[in-house]
Amino acid sequence: MTGWMLIDIALFAILVATGIAIAQIRQLFAVAMLSGIFSLTSACIFVMQDAVDVAFTEAAVGAGMTTVLFLGALALTRTREKETPRTRSLPALLVAAATGAALVYASQDLPAFGIADSPVQTHPVTERYLVTSAEEIGVPNVVTSVLASYRGYDTFGEVVVIFTAAIAVLMLLGHGATRGVEEVPPPMRDRQRVLRVVAKLLIPYILLFGLYVQFHGDYGPGGGFQAGVIFAAGVILYALVFGLDAARSGVPMRVLRPLAATGVVVYGGVGVATLMLGGSFLDYNRLAPDDPAAGQHLGILLVELGVGITVTAAMIMLFYSFAGRGVRRS
Amino acid sequence: MSTLHVALQILSDLVLAAGVLFVLTGAAGLHRLPEFFMRTHAASITDSAGAGLIVLGLLLRTEEFPTALRLVLIAFFLMFTSPTASHALAQAALGDGFRPQGIRGRKTS
Repeated sequence: MTGWMLIDIALFAILVATGIAIAQIRQLFAVAMLSGIFSLTSACIFVMQDAVDVAFTEAAVGAGMTTVLFLGALALTRTREKETPRTRSLPALLVAAATGAALVYASQDLPAFGIADSPVQTHPVTERYLVTSAEEIGVPNVVTSVLASYRGYDTFGEVVVIFTAAIAVLMLLGHGATRGVEEVPPPMRDRQRVLRVVAKLLIPYILLFGLYVQFHGDYGPGGGFQAGVIFAAGVILYALVFGLDAARSGVPMRVLRPLAATGVVVYGGVGVATLMLGGSFLDYNRLAPDDPAAGQHLGILLVELGVGITVTAAMIMLFYSFAGRGVRRS
Repeated sequence: MSTLHVALQILSDLVLAAGVLFVLTGAAGLHRLPEFFMRTHAASITDSAGAGLIVLGLLLRTEEFPTALRLVLIAFFLMFTSPTASHALAQAALGDGFRPQGIRGRKTS
């Protein structure tokens, strides 16, 4: 037990140190990297608490995608943080200190970590999810059955949020259409030979792993959100190493835009289909009236697919629109 | 416990200890070395030799095949990604005009 404790303490210490460093450092490039480290450390802490699905998402989105988007945004702006005058940072310090104090005060009322009779453990819904879901849904990964079936409404909302965010970024930054021509000078290209070879070697495995995470989400950690980000990461790696134009000719914007909408339509379509079959919205039992568990399986598979498609398309579009702006300016 | 088992355990302990040593060396080097390329080298030791030996040490004490396969895959990808990352870092620094210091240029005869 003490060994686990030590790991926990070390991870939290790294987290605090990274947070302080982020507040101190004015070089925004370093801050972007540190925020990636912060996410990766958080992911480790989630693993320590057995929340592997959350850890997976944090590692893929926080450490991977967000860092890339930060760097893309930095390419468009200055790389040094503006100095805030001291007079203005005092109220901010007061607000932060007050919020922190309130949170520490409130944390006194939390039940001890892992205690058996905390409200989370005694609430009837916990037993429903952990015990009854095996018969009702029959998916080994309880997180997936909660996310895609019991809480299917919420997840639909999340997918719509991602879709909306991608549209908003496209509206603000344009469609990532390049006006300038991006041409890597030959010596640079020569230097990137190792990168190119390794990227070519890795990208197929990254895409394969994305598919695995997508379709194995019923049985292990993973699902549409993580798979979408991993799949997008494969394409983004290609764009980073081989150039934006090469990536855009392989995975063009005119394909991504309908794809992003398709995922939402697939998810919503499953809901409408269950309505048509006489059930309520996203009531997967109706998909196979003779065998409710099979209906649940089918429904979860379809909605996860919808999530994966939308997340993949949205992430790649976000990257294209940031990177496309950077090219145009130069 | 068979003799082979014990031998594997001891070997695993040794390899793990060596891995930890490399990680610590890398950390010390990252802190103490005076110049960018040396520090990059130290950091890359952590990734390649340190992490590689630790994975190997874990591999020697796994009993289930799926776990072993995963460890082999991790080692495989680690052997490709971390040297590439160090290489890219050093190349980017060279491209930005950094030059290794403290090395006397070779005289062309």
